[in-house]
Amino acid sequence: MQLILFIVFAAFCLAGAINLLLQTHPINSALSLIVVMTSLAVLYLQLGAEFLAAAQVIVYAGAIMVLFTFVVMLLNAGREERTLGSKAAAIVGFPAVVALLAVLATVVLHAPSLDGAAFGDNLSNQPGKTNLDQLSTVLFTNLLLPFEVTSVLILIAILGAVALARHGNGERTAGE
Amino acid sequence: MNVLQQSVPLSWYLLLSALLFALGVVGFLIKRNLITVFMSIELMLNAVNLSFVTFAHQWHAVKGQIFVFFVMMVAAAEAAVGLAIIIAVFRARATLAVDRIDLMKL
Repeated sequence: MQLILFIVFAAFCLAGAINLLLQTHPINSALSLIVVMTSLAVLYLQLGAEFLAAAQVIVYAGAIMVLFTFVVMLLNAGREERTLGSKAAAIVGFPAVVALLAVLATVVLHAPSLDGAAFGDNLSNQPGKTNLDQLSTVLFTNLLLPFEVTSVLILIAILGAVALARHGNGERTAGE
Repeated sequence: MNVLQQSVPLSWYLLLSALLFALGVVGFLIKRNLITVFMSIELMLNAVNLSFVTFAHQWHAVKGQIFVFFVMMVAAAEAAVGLAIIIAVFRARATLAVDRIDLMKL
């Protein structure tokens, strides 16, 4: 069950990510990114992070991707034109990506003491405390100040987004 | 052992996370549309989140999941501001192709 779920949703993840790269239209890329994020939510559920799985669906697959698709449709973005791309990316970028992947894969596959993930694993050794219990206990006691600062950050981000996206004093600069 | 009861090695999750991150970097390098480049950044953030959750599971520590929570919040703020910047850029240059938005390039 575990293994089958992992294989299916990991395959969805990788297929979505590869599809994101292959599609030329931004809306198709956005939809495949939604597939990636929703499958990641299932993987979080398998790792015993129920709250994060719900938050992943609501915040990422819901709010952020709706914002993305909304902007794609608002700007009426067409197909991207294929160009040669930058030289620096071809010379340094791709070898660096391959090297990074190789290093990470080597380290991960030789890690000595990694457990397996089983369904319903509790995060700590306290039975009867759910994931949400533990998370909220830490979040609202030890980390209350960072949590409140986050809400201020999001308020500032919303104000900044409105200030950036509105027309400045009615002047139009479109069309060069 | 029955395949239905087999557990998944955590290194597979980390490998998936590394693969997703690499795909995000490749997307960042090859995509020529401003919005798709931004989506690749979100893909990289998601890959890192997956490894955070995996390590939280390994060490039985809830702090790793709280990290992911904060990353999600910051990503939401970042997406709002970033997309507003993209709208402003589109209004000024009437294009989303990163090759045409090269004012700061040497």
